[in-house]
Amino acid sequence: MDSLTMMPALPEIFLAVAGMALLMFGVFQGDKSRHWMTWAVVACLVIAGAAVPQLADGRSLAFGGLFITDPFAVFMKELVLIGAVLALIMATGFNEREKIARFEFPILVLYATVGMLLMISANDLIALYVGIELQSLCLYVLAAFRRDTGRSSEAGLKYFVLGALSSGMLLYGASLIYGFAGTTRFDGLAEVLAGNDISLGLIVGIVFLIAGLAFKVSAVPFHMWTPDVYEGAPTPVTAFFASAPKMAAMALFIRVMIEPLGEAATDWRQIIVFISIASMLLGAFAAIWQTNIKRLLAYSSIGHMGYALIGLAAGTEEGVRGILVYLAIYLPMVIGTFACVMCMRRQGRMVEGIEDLAGIARTNPGMALALAIFMFSMAGIPPLAGFFGKLYIFLPAIESGLYTLAVIGVLSSVVGAFYYLRIVKLMYFDEASEAFDRPMGRELSLILVVTGVFTLFFFVSPEPLVGNAAAAAAALFGG
Amino acid sequence: MLYVACIFAPFLGASIAGLLGLFGKISDRGAQIVTCGLMVLSAILAIPIFIEVALNGHPRVIEFFTWFDAGTFEASWGLKFDTLSAVMVLTVTLVSSAIHIYSIGYMAHDPHKQRFMAYLSLFTFFMLTLVTAPNFMQLFFGWEGVGLVSYLLIGFWFDRESANAASIKAFLVNRVGDFGFALGIMGVFLLFGSVEFSTVFAAAPDKVGMGLEFLDVNFDALTIVCILLFVGAMGKSAQFLLHTWLPDAMEGPTPVSALIHAATMVTAGVFMVARLSPMFEYAPDALMVVAVVGGTTAIFAATIGIVQNDIKRVIAYSTCSQLGYMFFALGVSAYPAAVFHLMTHAWFKALLFLGAGSVIHAVSEQQDMRHMGGLYKKIPVTYAMIWIGSLALAGVGIPGLFGFAGFYSKDVMLEAAWGAHTGVGQYAFWMGIAAAALTAFYSWRLIFLTFHGKPRMDEETKAHIHESPKVMTVPLMFLAIGAIFAGVIGYAMFVGEDMHAFWGDSILILPANNSIEAAHHSPLWVVLLPLIMGILGIALAFYLYMTRPDLPARIAARFRPVYLFLLNKWYFDELYDFLFVRPANALGRGLWKSGDGAVIDGVGPDGIAAASVAIARRASKLQSGYVYHYAFAMLIGVVALITWYLYARAA
Repeated sequence: MDSLTMMPALPEIFLAVAGMALLMFGVFQGDKSRHWMTWAVVACLVIAGAAVPQLADGRSLAFGGLFITDPFAVFMKELVLIGAVLALIMATGFNEREKIARFEFPILVLYATVGMLLMISANDLIALYVGIELQSLCLYVLAAFRRDTGRSSEAGLKYFVLGALSSGMLLYGASLIYGFAGTTRFDGLAEVLAGNDISLGLIVGIVFLIAGLAFKVSAVPFHMWTPDVYEGAPTPVTAFFASAPKMAAMALFIRVMIEPLGEAATDWRQIIVFISIASMLLGAFAAIWQTNIKRLLAYSSIGHMGYALIGLAAGTEEGVRGILVYLAIYLPMVIGTFACVMCMRRQGRMVEGIEDLAGIARTNPGMALALAIFMFSMAGIPPLAGFFGKLYIFLPAIESGLYTLAVIGVLSSVVGAFYYLRIVKLMYFDEASEAFDRPMGRELSLILVVTGVFTLFFFVSPEPLVGNAAAAAAALFGG
Repeated sequence: MLYVACIFAPFLGASIAGLLGLFGKISDRGAQIVTCGLMVLSAILAIPIFIEVALNGHPRVIEFFTWFDAGTFEASWGLKFDTLSAVMVLTVTLVSSAIHIYSIGYMAHDPHKQRFMAYLSLFTFFMLTLVTAPNFMQLFFGWEGVGLVSYLLIGFWFDRESANAASIKAFLVNRVGDFGFALGIMGVFLLFGSVEFSTVFAAAPDKVGMGLEFLDVNFDALTIVCILLFVGAMGKSAQFLLHTWLPDAMEGPTPVSALIHAATMVTAGVFMVARLSPMFEYAPDALMVVAVVGGTTAIFAATIGIVQNDIKRVIAYSTCSQLGYMFFALGVSAYPAAVFHLMTHAWFKALLFLGAGSVIHAVSEQQDMRHMGGLYKKIPVTYAMIWIGSLALAGVGIPGLFGFAGFYSKDVMLEAAWGAHTGVGQYAFWMGIAAAALTAFYSWRLIFLTFHGKPRMDEETKAHIHESPKVMTVPLMFLAIGAIFAGVIGYAMFVGEDMHAFWGDSILILPANNSIEAAHHSPLWVVLLPLIMGILGIALAFYLYMTRPDLPARIAARFRPVYLFLLNKWYFDELYDFLFVRPANALGRGLWKSGDGAVIDGVGPDGIAAASVAIARRASKLQSGYVYHYAFAMLIGVVALITWYLYARAA
C-alpha cells in the first residue's frame, strides 16, 4: 500500500478547497451571498458525505501514515457530517430572524467540520493536534458569533481561554509521550507499549492527553466551560456544539485509547471509570436546579458523554459498538431537542426558561409531542431510541465485570429521568401560558419530523445501525 | 406488493389522519375519506389474496428484514400468509371497512373525528400485523398494539369518568393476560431456542414429554407453555375469570364496540390458539383446560346476558358467550370449526352492535332498554337488521335446506364437542346446548323490549326518533348479507368435504383428535337439539315479553337472590375488588406512608429527596462563572488524576 497517496483524504481536501473558493465568493459578493452560502456549504458537506464511504477501501493510510481511514472513521465521519448538515439547516431561519446572518457562518461550520474529519482520521499525535486546533479555532469564533451581546462574547472568550489551556495540556502530554516513547505515530506507540514496562513519564503524558481529550467531550472535571458556553452562544451554535464536535471528539478519544494505548488498557481504565461516573452523576444532579433550557441541556450532554464513556471503560469491541450506537442515537435526539428550543419564541423574541414551556401541549401540540418524545428518549424509556442506546452501553459493561459502573449508570439515569420528565409534565399538565410564535419555520418542522420519527421508530429496525456500528468497532480492533 | 399494500394501507391512513390531524392540516372530511378509502382498498386487496392463498392453495411468507439479532435470539419482520391468515385478513378488513364507513355517520357530532378515524385504522393495522405474524415477537407486537389502541378507543370520550375507568380496567385485565402470554413466549424460547413459528412447529412433536423443573416439581414443559399462552388468550378474548373488562368496554363509542368485540381484538385469542395448533395438539392437558374454560364462559356469560338492561351490555355478554363456544371448539381440536364461527360471528356481531348503535342514535343516546319499546315502526331498517343479526346469532335454519350464518358454525362446534367422545367434550356440549337456549332467549328479549310493546321513553325523545342516515344503514345491509350467507357459503370449505384442501398446512389436527370428522356422523338428535333449544328460547321470550309482560318482574321478585346474582354478573367485580383492588390500594397506601415517607424521606438529614436537591444546589454553585475557577478545577483534576494513577500503580 502506497502510504504517500492522498486519495483517502480526498473528501477533506475537497471540503478545504471548496471552503476557500466559497470564502472568496463571499468576500467579493459581500453579505448578499449569505442566502445561498448555507446551501452551497450543505451541498459540499453532502458530497463529502457521499464520497467518504466510496473512498474508504478497508483500512488505508495517506500522507505517509499520518492519516487513516477505516470503517470506524467512515462511521464517525458520517455522523459528524449529518450533525453539521442538520445544524446548518436549522441555523438559516434563526440567523435571519435574529439578524446575525453572515456569510462567514456556514464557512466556519465547514472548516470546523474539516477539523473534525481530520481528528477522526488522525493516526499521529501531530495530526491529532492539527485537527483539534482547526476545529477549535472555528468553534471559538462561532461561540462569539453574536458579537454585539455580552453573553455570546463572554462564551467565546471563556471557551477560547479554557480551550487554550486544554490544548496546552494536550500538547504537553503529547511531548512527554514523544520524549519517552520516541515516536508520535499511533502504530509506533502501540509497539512501544506492547513490549516494555510503561515508564512513569509516559503515564503522566497519557494522563495529560486524556485531560485534553476529556475537555473536548466535556467530561467531568473538565466540563466547566460547557454550561456557560451552551447558554451564551446563539442557539444554533449550541446545537452544533452539542452534536458534531462531540462525535468527533469521542471518535478521537476512542481511537487514541484503543489503538495506540490499547496495550495499557488496565492502566487507564480506572481514569475513564472515574471520569464516566463523575460525568453521569454531575449531569444528573446539577441539571435539577437549572431554569434555563440550554443550561439544562448542557448538563444533559455532560451526562450523556458519561454514559458513552462506560463503553470505553469496558474497552472491548462490544463496548465500542455500544458507544457508536449510543452516539448515533444521541445525535438526532439532541438535534431535535435543540430544534424545539429554537421554536421557543414569543412575539419575535427568543425565550429560554424552562417555565416558558408550561402548557404548550395545548397551544403548540406538535412541538410538545416532539419534545416529549425526545425527553422520554433521553430518559431512556422503552421503546424509544434512547433506551436502546443505554441498553447497548450497559450490556458490555456488565459483561466486562464493571458492575459498579453499570449500577451507578442506571441510578443516575433514574435521577436524570426526573428532570426530563419534569419538562413533559410542565408541557402537558401545567396551566398554559402564551403560545409560541407560529409558523415555526419550514426547516425546523422538517428537522423535528425527521429526528422525531427516527427516535420514535428506531425500535422497528435497529439492525442496520447496530450492524454498521459492529463492523466499525471490529475494524478498530482488527487493525 | 399486493400483500404488503393490503396490510399497510390502514397504517398509512392512520398516519395521515393522525399526524395531519394533530397539526390541524386536514379537515374532518379529508380524514374520513383518507381512512375509509385506504381501509376499503385494503379490503379489496384482501379478496385476491384470499383467492390466491386459501382457494388456490399458495401460502407464502414475505420477509422484510431482521428485527432483533442478539446472539441466538433472532426475530424478523415479515408477513405470513396461509389459509388461516388469509381468512382473518379478509374478515377483519371487510368488517372494519363497514365500521369505518358507519363511523362517519355515527360520529357526525363528535369534535374529534380525525383522531377517532386514525385510531380505528391504527387498530385495524395492529390486528392485521397480529394475524400475519410469522413469529412470536411480531405476534406480541400486534397483540400489545391492539391492546394499546383499544385503551385509547375505549377511553375515547376522555371527559367521561366511566370511560376512563373502563379503559384502565381493560388495560389492567389485559395486562394480567399479557403477563402469561409473555411468560409463554419466554417458555417457547427456552424450550425451542427460537421464536419463529416454522422452527417451533417443526420441533413440537419432539418435545412431548419433556419436563420442566420448577420448585422441585416436574411439569410437562409443553403443557405449561401452552397454558401460559392460553392465559394470554383468555385476557384478550375475555374468558371466564378475565372477562370483567369486556362489558365495561361498552363505554367506548359504538363503532369501537363493534370493532373490538366483533371482528378483531377479542378474536385474537381464538386466532392465536388456532395458529398454535401444532403445539396445542401435543399438549392434550392444555387443550382440556381450553375446553373447560370455554364451556364455562359460554354458559356463564349467557346467564348474565338474560337479565341485563343496557342494550350494548346484552350484546357484549353474548360476545363473551360466543367466544366461549369458540374456545371449547378449540379445546376439542375442532380448530376449523372455531375459526369458522369466528368468521361468521364477526359478521353478525358487528351487525348487531352497529344496529344497536343505530337504535341508540335514534333515541338520543339512550342505552337502557327499559326506556325503549315500540320502535319498529319508526326505524324499520334497523329493526330488520337486528332481526337478521339475531337469527344468525341464535343459529336459526332449516337443516338440509338453508340457515343463517350461526346455524352452520354453531352446530358444527356443538357436534364436534359431542363427537370428541371425551368427558370435557360432553361438558362443553351440554353447556353449549344450555347456552344456545339462553342466547335465543336474550336475543329476542332484546328485540321485544326494544322494538315492541308500549313506548317507554319520554315525549321529547319520542319526537326525535328517526331512522339513521344512509351512511349508517348501508354498512348495516352489507354486514347483513354476510350474516345471512357467510355460513352457507363457507360450510363446505371450512368444515365440510373440502376442509383438508382448504386449510392445507395452516392447522394441524392429529388423526386421533379428529372431532370434526366425528361431528359429521353425529346422531340426528345431536344435530337437531341446538335448533330446538333456540326455538324454545325464542318462544319463551315471546311468552314472557309479549303475551305476559307482567311475568318477568314477578319472576324476578320471586327468585330475587338468583336475579340479583345474575344482574350483578355473579358478583365478579365485587369479588375482584375485594381480592385485588382493595389489598393493592392498602399496600400502595402502606408503602407510600411507611415506605416512602418514613424510609426514603427519612434517611439523611431530610431524606434522599432533600439530599438530591442539596447535591444539585451545591453542584450548580461550583459553576461560579469565573474563568480562573474553571481553569483551576481543570488543573486540580489533572493533578488528582495523575496522583491517583501513580498510587494505583504503586499499589
